[in-house]
Amino acid sequence: MKRFLAMLHARNLEFVRDRAALGWNIIFPILLVVGFAMIFSNENRELYKVGVIGEGEHPFLNSRYIQFIPEKDKASAITKIERHQVDLLFSHNEQHYWINSTSPNGYIVEKILIASDGPKLSKGTVSGKELRYIDWVVPGILGMNMMFSALFGIGFVLVRYRKNGVLKRLKGTPLSITEFILAQIFSRLTLIVSVSILVYVSCDLVLDFAMHGSYLLLLIVLILGALSLISMGLLVAARFHSDELAGGLVNFMSWPMMLLSGVWFSLEGAPDWIKFSADLLPLTHVVDAARSIMLDGAGIWDVGHHLIILILMTLVFLFIGVKTFRWD
Amino acid sequence: MPTIIEIQSLVKQYPNLTAVKGIDLEIEKGCCFGLLGPNGAGKTTTMEMMEGITPASSGKILYKGQPLGHQFKEECGIQFQHTALQEFLSVKETLNFFHGLYPTPMALDEVIETCALESFIDNDNRKLSGGQRQRLLLGIALINNPSIVFLDEPTTGLDPQARHNFWDLIRSIQARQTTIILSTHYMEEAAELCDEIAIMDHGKIIAQGPPKTLLHEYFDTRLVKVPEADVSVSLDELGMDAIRYQGWIEISTNNVSDTLRQLLKLDINLNNLHIRQHNLEDLFLHLTGKELRV
Repeated sequence: MKRFLAMLHARNLEFVRDRAALGWNIIFPILLVVGFAMIFSNENRELYKVGVIGEGEHPFLNSRYIQFIPEKDKASAITKIERHQVDLLFSHNEQHYWINSTSPNGYIVEKILIASDGPKLSKGTVSGKELRYIDWVVPGILGMNMMFSALFGIGFVLVRYRKNGVLKRLKGTPLSITEFILAQIFSRLTLIVSVSILVYVSCDLVLDFAMHGSYLLLLIVLILGALSLISMGLLVAARFHSDELAGGLVNFMSWPMMLLSGVWFSLEGAPDWIKFSADLLPLTHVVDAARSIMLDGAGIWDVGHHLIILILMTLVFLFIGVKTFRWD
Repeated sequence: MPTIIEIQSLVKQYPNLTAVKGIDLEIEKGCCFGLLGPNGAGKTTTMEMMEGITPASSGKILYKGQPLGHQFKEECGIQFQHTALQEFLSVKETLNFFHGLYPTPMALDEVIETCALESFIDNDNRKLSGGQRQRLLLGIALINNPSIVFLDEPTTGLDPQARHNFWDLIRSIQARQTTIILSTHYMEEAAELCDEIAIMDHGKIIAQGPPKTLLHEYFDTRLVKVPEADVSVSLDELGMDAIRYQGWIEISTNNVSDTLRQLLKLDINLNNLHIRQHNLEDLFLHLTGKELRV
């Protein structure tokens, strides 16, 4: 324990001293989030959007400048109104329509519907804040930042230690491989959790993004996600001597996650084999779980399978990492 | 004195090189043991096998009669030829870190005093001079109050003053009855510090013993040196056991008076004459057969 703490302390100090890396770890994600917010804040939607459930005729459906989108599932369509993704939901089956009481567009489209001389429909209202792209993308960006910090902070740094001989010197001390690796993991975990919280809070102050679920659950996702990604970094860190090779491998791991784990765009509608590949990546489960919690207020039972998968991945990566680790 | 570390038929085989070809050593507790040899002789490989850093291809290493284990790691101190230190840490923090790795370490103040680290204790590791760095590395090697310390070419690259300071440090460790295993290619250093030396070449030990005994064993002559420019006759005309070496005529003799008389008879200018005993440098050249004298 004493040896573990000595290693942990030394590693933490080293990181805090490396101002450039620390600054970059905090500033980069904030810049990214704020940049996205600015790009997407002036999103001009030229059309009103109306969801339509079922088949049928109604004069309203001939109105110009309105995009009519067929909806299959009533529940998901209602969620879309809550999030201002459609302005009005029209159901042939029930002769009913829904609008969001807080949506200005919904108000206008409702007036158009009433003005069209078709059969009268009953009205339902829902409420809910508009879902912006920024709300959707924040969990992705936080996850991505965590991924880079975990993979580079472990994969790259330990290989550099091996290359320049720091690890060889440690081999000559009573420090065991397990103690060494645990100290590295906890140091990095502390860092990732603190930086993520800092980034989350500062972005939230500026952007006030959606958070409908439990902060505790989100923290659990954060911790388990960080652990799985750090352990994944260990796979690279375990043996290699060349930091250039390690850099390449870390990139090789991180790019598929950037593209397939749903950081920037949803994989809904992608071929099954792509979805399957995405499910093999820890970041997919982190982002999915965080998004369900933040956007849908999901509880532990809704994201439980993601958490279990993250724990299993962590254990597998850790096992391989520790078994194959070499000091020199 | 009891044996502290013993190696038997130690071999290190790399894919296309046998670095160490079966060596045996027994080192007594409290001894300062020097491993000498030219670059590539296998000194570092031998040291690293003894330190438990590099696995041996075959052979045995016993520390206090046992194979190297956790006890050895707690009781040995190591200074590699090239030791990297963690970046961004100060000297004090580095010492603190290694201090935390051992069950019964030396008090930090004692390490700082022994190795004279006080003047740069808060400097970043990366901003140390060569001598300061070696003193810090020695401090780290000593921090666990080791029974045995391995120093792999600790003074290579130091200026003469820093080297002499370092020798004083090593003598103070010797005074604590700590066993020291030192590799070097400075013969002067070995002669100054070591109770016993082993000369290695091509992966084998070619001579071993206390420096004085070895010199006695190989040389019973004195060396008389005259600058080449002062000698007008050829080596043959000189009629002595003489060779030319780096601008000097070197004459080996067991009767200095006779030799000087002969030189005077030949009317050779003796203003720049040197007479000295053979030293380890001569022994080393003699043994490793590096044809430097031809």
